[in-house]
Amino acid sequence: MRIIVLGMLWTCLISNPVILFAQTGNESEIEQIRAELAAMRADYESRIEMLEKRLDEAEKETATSQQAVESIASRQAEQAVQPVATGMPSAGSNDNAFNPALGVIFQGQVWAYDNDPDDYMIPGFPLGGEAGPLPEGLALGETEINISANVDDKFTAWLTAPIAIEDGEAGIEIEEAWIETMALPAGLTLRMGRHFANIGYLNEKHAHTWDFADQPLPYQAFLGGQYLDDGVGLRWLAPTDLYLEFSGEVNRGANYPAGGAGRSGFGSYALHARSGGDIGFSHSWMAGFSYLQADADDRASGSEDEPLIFNGESDLMMAEFVWKWAPNGNIRQRNFKFVAEYLWRNEDGLYSLPDGRLQPYDTDQQGWYLQAVYQPFPRWRMGLRWDQLSSDNPGEAFDGTPLMPLADDPRRYSIMADWSNSEFSRLRLQYTLDQAGLEDDKQWGLQYIFSIGAHGAHAF
Amino acid sequence: MNKIMKSIIVTGFFLLSPMLATADLKVFACEPEWAALAEEIGGKAITASSATNALQDPHYIQARPSLISRVRKADIVICSGAQLEIGWLPMLLNKGSNPRVMPGNSGHFVASDYVKRLDVPATVDRSQGDVHPQGNPHVQTNPHNILLIAKALAARMAELDAAKADDYQKGLENFSLRWRDAITGWEARAASLRGKRVITHHKSWVYLENWLGMEEVANLEPISGVPPTAGHLSSLLKRFGEDGADIIIHAPFQSEKASKWLSKRTGIPEIMLPLTVGGSDQAKDLFSWMDDILDRLLGALQP
Repeated sequence: MRIIVLGMLWTCLISNPVILFAQTGNESEIEQIRAELAAMRADYESRIEMLEKRLDEAEKETATSQQAVESIASRQAEQAVQPVATGMPSAGSNDNAFNPALGVIFQGQVWAYDNDPDDYMIPGFPLGGEAGPLPEGLALGETEINISANVDDKFTAWLTAPIAIEDGEAGIEIEEAWIETMALPAGLTLRMGRHFANIGYLNEKHAHTWDFADQPLPYQAFLGGQYLDDGVGLRWLAPTDLYLEFSGEVNRGANYPAGGAGRSGFGSYALHARSGGDIGFSHSWMAGFSYLQADADDRASGSEDEPLIFNGESDLMMAEFVWKWAPNGNIRQRNFKFVAEYLWRNEDGLYSLPDGRLQPYDTDQQGWYLQAVYQPFPRWRMGLRWDQLSSDNPGEAFDGTPLMPLADDPRRYSIMADWSNSEFSRLRLQYTLDQAGLEDDKQWGLQYIFSIGAHGAHAF
Repeated sequence: MNKIMKSIIVTGFFLLSPMLATADLKVFACEPEWAALAEEIGGKAITASSATNALQDPHYIQARPSLISRVRKADIVICSGAQLEIGWLPMLLNKGSNPRVMPGNSGHFVASDYVKRLDVPATVDRSQGDVHPQGNPHVQTNPHNILLIAKALAARMAELDAAKADDYQKGLENFSLRWRDAITGWEARAASLRGKRVITHHKSWVYLENWLGMEEVANLEPISGVPPTAGHLSSLLKRFGEDGADIIIHAPFQSEKASKWLSKRTGIPEIMLPLTVGGSDQAKDLFSWMDDILDRLLGALQP
């Protein structure tokens, strides 16, 4: 209530910028406005108190009348066809009843490395976006606020706003903010706004639902961790018994592997086809192919001090496969999950190297990962992951630059174990043997993930 | 590029046109009891299938691709509600791209809206476990609830499929008649169960207990949704060690280890009860399911 009124007050103020700005510089008038504001605030606060009191009383009344209704309903039970819902009070207007679902994810971690993670690089694969090792030592992870609700009968809205800490400063970001249709015919759904692109298996998954603390190498190298952008996407679910979904989207192209919002702000597009089904009660699977075409316009990657600037096109093909098993499909007791993805990328364009040279670049690279997670009994899970990259030689011109891969393919081996007291809490221990960087690195991480508020529903 | 943008805008508006209704009634039930009930009412006029089977914990289901495809084609989605399916149904509805079955439309039927829900908490806090703010969702275990829901469901099916409204009405009358008879029989048989003290794995049976006058004295889960722990079990052992309860109940999808552990040490008999149709070999439809619940309870309590 209070928040809403203060919000309205705020809206009034910002919607009258003329008043505020026209008078800047005039000290006495500023003072006067301040005094008026204080008076208004005091006035509103007393009104809010009064309203809250009235709301309390109204709620009590509704509760008692609701009880009466219920006891009558149970007596005349068999005559009732109308819902005898025990939910919201029916009388009075209560704006809070329309508050969206609100959830907050808390994440934190501690990581130990043999090598300095600030110097981390994978030769041949200059990292962009959010890719790279997690901070060394104790650190807060992303604190994520999720807000969602139906707008009306035709649209639904979702907001993910992480409070991220970068260089010691906390800032609120918009990770996802999209509107989706609910009433299109023929199995169509349109999404617009900022979102994780609908490609691959992991790209759309929020960090708190990952099975490992970090993204596998191909996602780090080819998608900057996760490809996030502003755009519009349409998906179509075929009316078949077998699950068949096709989607296409056009994005702004602002983030890695795109960059600079090229092509007048239509810098990337993506296609995705997916299928899936069950085998008996115990097995289910999903497989898909996706394609991302991104225009890179002065895209920076690699070290922050001496970034490599790329102009050109990045084409990425992805094949995904997921298989899940649980005895009789009862995942509560025991379950197993296997995920494999193969990514193939071609980048064609011009690199500006740190030494000032402008060099044509046209190179194919591949990456894949296999991961398996097993829950032997409730609350405990353990998992193994193998992720690897491979690159063609970009040519002699790139000798001695971060774009020249080493002879051995970059790879990592990870093992994790996690424990969940309830659906809303998880503690995870992860060990990674990293043979992707310049030197082998043994990495230990301990992570927590907690969620409060609305109970989220997770995708397959 | 302007062309692309224009075509996006034009298609977007075109697609917002209202949708057309379809002919025959396809029922997507979240749990087997609602598929069985829809079949009792609709008979051969409908095709019903359940998203879950009786050996699965309906709280913990994955939004599998096969389920998304089934939601896509459904004319009506029937679920227990009260947040039982909150971890997966919203995802199925979102991915299923089927406006007919979205909440608020007549193709979205929430069974527990039509009965008096028990255990509605005055306040909710997750320190109490995964509590359901709208009350206990396992409403199917009181057969009086089934009658109420049947009546509302038949009306809803008639609304969706007006051409067969009479068939649904006849189906409802036929079912209600037989079900009322059956209730009389069950209540006579179950008279001796009144006052029995029950320990259950999860709070899955409050409607059954409420119907038969049994008293739930404890749960094997320390708090709702958290699996039994050694500490909690030993406190139960201390509390019920000396003939403190009459029976321990678990559902087929819950691990029997905790029940057996406590039963062995306290001597309190322990049984599996099917929570829905298909939960045991005997529970083939709604009638034989309820028969089987009583058979098992009476069998365990009358030596």
